Amino acid sequence: MWNRDQWQEMFYTLSKNKLRTTLSGFTVAMGIFIFVILFGFGNGLKNSFEQFFLDDSTNTVWLYPGQTEKPYRGFKAKRRIIFRNDDLSDIAQNFPFFIDYISPRISRGALVKRGKESNNYTIRGVAPGHQYAEKTIVTKGRYINEADVLTKNKFATIGRLVEKDLFGNKSSLGQQIDVGGVSFKVIGVFKDEGGDNEERLIYIPYTTRQRLEKSNDHIEQIIVAFRPELGHAGAMALEKKLNTFMRKKHNIAPNDRSGIYVRNVAADLKETQQFASVLQLIVTFVGLGTLLAGIIGISNIMVFVVKERTKELGIRKALGATPKSVVGMILHESVFITTIAGYAGLLTGVGTLALIGDSLEDFFIINPFISTGTAVGATLILILFGAVAGYIPARRAAKIKPIIALRDE
Amino acid sequence: MIEIKELHKSYAIGQNTLHVLKGINFDVAEGEMVAIMGSSGSGKSTLLNILGMLDVADLGTYTLDNNPIKNLDETKAAIYRNKFLGFVFQSFNLISYKTALENVMLPLYYQKVGRKERKERAQKFLEQVGLGPWASHHPNELSGGQKQRVAIARALVSEPKVLLADEPTGALDSKTSYELMDVLQTINNRGITLLIVTHEEDIAKMCKRIVHLRDGVIVEDKKVKQVSARSYVE
Repeated sequence: MWNRDQWQEMFYTLSKNKLRTTLSGFTVAMGIFIFVILFGFGNGLKNSFEQFFLDDSTNTVWLYPGQTEKPYRGFKAKRRIIFRNDDLSDIAQNFPFFIDYISPRISRGALVKRGKESNNYTIRGVAPGHQYAEKTIVTKGRYINEADVLTKNKFATIGRLVEKDLFGNKSSLGQQIDVGGVSFKVIGVFKDEGGDNEERLIYIPYTTRQRLEKSNDHIEQIIVAFRPELGHAGAMALEKKLNTFMRKKHNIAPNDRSGIYVRNVAADLKETQQFASVLQLIVTFVGLGTLLAGIIGISNIMVFVVKERTKELGIRKALGATPKSVVGMILHESVFITTIAGYAGLLTGVGTLALIGDSLEDFFIINPFISTGTAVGATLILILFGAVAGYIPARRAAKIKPIIALRDE
Repeated sequence: MIEIKELHKSYAIGQNTLHVLKGINFDVAEGEMVAIMGSSGSGKSTLLNILGMLDVADLGTYTLDNNPIKNLDETKAAIYRNKFLGFVFQSFNLISYKTALENVMLPLYYQKVGRKERKERAQKFLEQVGLGPWASHHPNELSGGQKQRVAIARALVSEPKVLLADEPTGALDSKTSYELMDVLQTINNRGITLLIVTHEEDIAKMCKRIVHLRDGVIVEDKKVKQVSARSYVE
C-alpha cells in the first residue's frame, strides 16, 4: 500500500489540485493553531492568577488595626486602635505553640534619590520574618536581620527594579541612597515573583522607621505565621484565638466589626484554589471546543473533497481501481495533509506563544504555554478525525457504481 | 469471446420495477465489430454496462473469454475490468488535471506496471491514435475528437480483449466522428473485439454487425457489409 508509486501519484494529485490541498491543509493548520493559542492563553491566565494569589506564604494570619464603632468598657466609639511593639511580644508569648514567626509592617511612601536618579517607592519597615511571609528572594547581600532591628540601623534591602532604576547596571551593594531625606545603606537586593510592583519595594528595619518618626513604638500591621503542620483547622483556631486575644487587650467589643481586621490567608487559599480549578475547567472547555470546531472543519472539507472527486473516482474504478485502492488513496492524501498541516499549525502556534511571551502581562496573561503532550495529542486527534472524516465519504464513493459516478449531469 | 444467455435486468423506480432487459441471448466472436442500436430506453446502455461489469444482471449467464462472470465483488470486478476490458465513454471522462499521457498511463498504474514502462507504453498508444505530439497537453487543451482519441488510447493501453464504447461519437461532429471510426476500425483490424453502442445509422454501418434492441429484447441481429470510414475522411 505504501509503495513509491502511490506516493508519486499522491504528490502529483496534491500538486495538481493546489486549491483543494491548500484549503484542507489550511483548515487543519488553523484548527491546531487556534487550539494552541487559546490553550496557551488559558494557561497564561492561570499563571497570572497564581502569581496574584500564590506568591505570598499561605500560612499567615494578618492583623490590621481599625477604628472602633462601639463604645466598650468605658471607651468611646470612634477610637483609633494602634498596635504597638508590645503586641508583637505578647502574641509571641501567648501563642508559642502556633507561631512560626511574626513580623510587623509599617508602610510609607518616600522619594528615594541616588545621584541624579530619583523615584517614589513604598518603604516597608519590617522584621526578619517578613521575608518568608512575602517569599522575598534575596539575590545579593542580605535581608534585614535581628541585629538591624535591635540597633535600628539605617540599612535597606531594595527590590531588583529599584536597583535598576537608581543604579542602572551598577551594583548597589554598600552604596548610600537618600530615602525621604535620610541616608540609608543598601545591604541587599531581592526579587519577588509577585510581579513588578513587588520588586519596587524597599525594606528597612521597623525599629528604624519608628526611630525616624519621633521614636514612637507604633506598628501598622502584624503578620503572624503559624506552623504549616497545623493545617487548615489549626489556622482557623489560631485566627479565632488571636482575634479574641487582641480585642481583649485593646478593649474592643467582641462584636465590633471595624475595631480590628483579621485576614487568614489559609482560608483565602481555599477559595483561591476553587477559583483556580474553575479556571482550569474553562481552559479545558475552550480547548475542547476549539478542537471540536477543527474536527468539524476537517470533516466538512473532506466531504466536499470526496464529493468533488466522485466522477474522477468513477473513472479510476472503470479503469481498474479496486474499492480498496480508492479508499486508500483518499485516506493517504487526507492523513498526509492533516499531518503536515497539523504539524505546521502546531509549530506556528507554539512559536507565536513563545513570541508573545510576557508581552500580554497587562491583560493578565503571563507566560502562555502549552505542554508538548497536550499539543501533540490534539494534533494526533485532528489527524485521526481527519482520517475518519475522509474515510466515511471515501468508502461511500468507493461503493458507488462507476456507472453512476460517470453518469452525465 | 462474449456469451450471454437469458439476461434479465430490472430497476426499481419507487414502487414500480422497470424491466429493462428481458432475456437477451447474444454471442460475440473474437475480432468482431458490433454496433448495438436502439432508441433511448431500449436497454442498450444497460447491456453495455453489464458487459462492462459496471452493473450486474439479475438473471442469466455471462461468459467473457471463457471466464464465467458471476458473483463478482467490487474488487474482482475491478481486476477483470482492468485485465479484459477497455472503456470509451460519450463524455470522454478524462481526468482533467492529468495530461493526455498521464491519463493513458492510469490503467497501467492499477496493473502495477513500473513508471518507466507505463510511460513508454502510454506514449506508444498515443502515437497509434495520432496524438504523439499532444502527450503533454491537458484535456482542456484538446478538441473533442482528440479527447476521445486519448480515451481510446487509454482504453487500449492495458491491451484488453474487448473494447466497449458507449456513444463514442455522441459528442462529436460528423467529420470528427468518421475520423474516430477510422481509428476504431484500425484497432478492430488488429484483432480487438469492439462493441459500440450508438443510435446513429451511419456509425453503425461502419461496423461488421448490427444488433437492434427494442424494449429489452433483440429484434434484429445481422451481419452487414462494413463501410470504410477512411473513404469519408479523405
